[in-house]
Amino acid sequence: MASIASRLRASDEPRRLDRHSILGVLVREMINFTAYWKSTTFSSSVEPTIYLLAFGFGLGALVDQIDGHTYVEFVGTGTIATAVMMSSVFSAMFGAFFKAEHQHTYDALLAAPVDTEEIVTAEALWIGLRASVYGCIPMFVAMIFGLDPAWGMFAVPVIAFFTGFGWACFGLIFAAILNSVDHFSYVTSTIVTPLFLCAGTFFPISTLPSAIEFAANFNPVYHCVELVRGFIFNTQSFGDVAFHVSVIWAFSFICWRIAIRCQTKNLIH
Amino acid sequence: MSSASAISLRGVVKRYGDLTAVAGLDLDVPVGTCVGLLGPNGAGKSTTMKILTAQAIAQEGEAEILGHRLPGDSKAARARMGVVPQQDNLDQALSVRHNLYVFAHLYRIPRHEREAAIERALEIATLTDRADAQVKELSGGMRRRLLIARALVHDPELVLMDEPTVGLDPQVRQELWALIDHLRNEGKSILMSTHYIEEAERLCNTVVVMAKGRAVAKGTPHELIAEHAGESALEVYGPVARLAEVEADARDRGWATRRTGTSVTILNAHVNGDYPEGIRRASNLEDVFVLLTGEAIH
Repeated sequence: MASIASRLRASDEPRRLDRHSILGVLVREMINFTAYWKSTTFSSSVEPTIYLLAFGFGLGALVDQIDGHTYVEFVGTGTIATAVMMSSVFSAMFGAFFKAEHQHTYDALLAAPVDTEEIVTAEALWIGLRASVYGCIPMFVAMIFGLDPAWGMFAVPVIAFFTGFGWACFGLIFAAILNSVDHFSYVTSTIVTPLFLCAGTFFPISTLPSAIEFAANFNPVYHCVELVRGFIFNTQSFGDVAFHVSVIWAFSFICWRIAIRCQTKNLIH
Repeated sequence: MSSASAISLRGVVKRYGDLTAVAGLDLDVPVGTCVGLLGPNGAGKSTTMKILTAQAIAQEGEAEILGHRLPGDSKAARARMGVVPQQDNLDQALSVRHNLYVFAHLYRIPRHEREAAIERALEIATLTDRADAQVKELSGGMRRRLLIARALVHDPELVLMDEPTVGLDPQVRQELWALIDHLRNEGKSILMSTHYIEEAERLCNTVVVMAKGRAVAKGTPHELIAEHAGESALEVYGPVARLAEVEADARDRGWATRRTGTSVTILNAHVNGDYPEGIRRASNLEDVFVLLTGEAIH
């Protein structure tokens, strides 16, 4: 009997970024997701709801309008970008660490015809897909509290996907270079929290000192917030969209390559 | 193809900083045979296995699997082989079937053959009845069988097994031996690392004894015993002082000895000779192992 492997040999030499390998890793993620989707989805929906309630009603009572929008509209759209970041960075960082150190999943995958490049790509694609759903949850919540429906909302899952991909790669970088879960809190307090706050999510960046306002231009969360607001409120020019999209793509591409490099260093000796 | 090697290593060196894990290893696995890497912990067996899957990159030497050069062509080689790891790395939350399903994808089995391939792997590992059980519900032996099934789902030409029965009950070990023997009879090429002498003796056509990163002896279990330990050995029992005396005496006469816990064994003890009182037994691979890899446990 000719073995399956030898029958496949001629037509199907595995390539770099091979679609079979990427699909295989994606399938693994999807089946595993069926085992833990409830808890993940719960926290991904409850968190933005709490932000909306706290800021929308708490701060919203003090704030009249920002840039011509009610505070609920302002925070509701801002929370989309932070939900994308939070759900992507943390599940990538903790997930990869758990798979590398505890479940030895990467050992299993790398013994099959899969390379680190494909693992990183597939996991980031999967988290990006999830982010495109989780990013919409705060939008729906905000709609309950008064955000008006708009055609531009259909762009939100697409924006969330590309940004989520980048954030997943960002998380995979730190999962590779930090050797203890305890160190993840450094990433949270020194990188994630400042990026989350200085992005025009809860207040416009124009209220910040000019140096920080300038620095926000390098913050992917800011560009994600601007894109989302621009589409939902239909307030941006083609040039604005091109600019924000370019920054997000550049961020995602750079993080993707660095994540591959760091994970390879971590997994291949 | 029958005379070709499924695995061929020449002068492979792997260092981790100051530590040399593999120090110029030559190794051949002829197609259709089972080769055992026998050695104590730290001999470089696991590192060798990692080099073969390109999870470790050798600094020197040449490595080829099924005609594919490593590490460059490793992915093509990995598509044609199966790997049974020492450490359980199954997806705990998934069912037995789903674990196999993921690897049926990774091993690029065409969609219409996937179901049949999974059923076949379940059957080989006698897990058909437990196909829908979650991995965390399985016993240690079943998990190990599932790891083997996962490595066989694409019907590979070559199987690597890193300590396939480590930590299992004797009964379960027998079961796995039968399974590995079945693969051998099917004509698969197998490289297996082990530190269980009996395992190597029963399953391997050729045994390569490894110590300190090198192959120090190679042959069939019979050849190795005949060459290094002779036909029979003599076990001398007694109090500690007596054992030390026997050891010293043997050293003076140029006999090789080894401690066997409560006794001293004089190796290569000829039928006629001026030997102390003791129990004569056939030499075994364990004698060879201790002789070649040293008594002290590092």
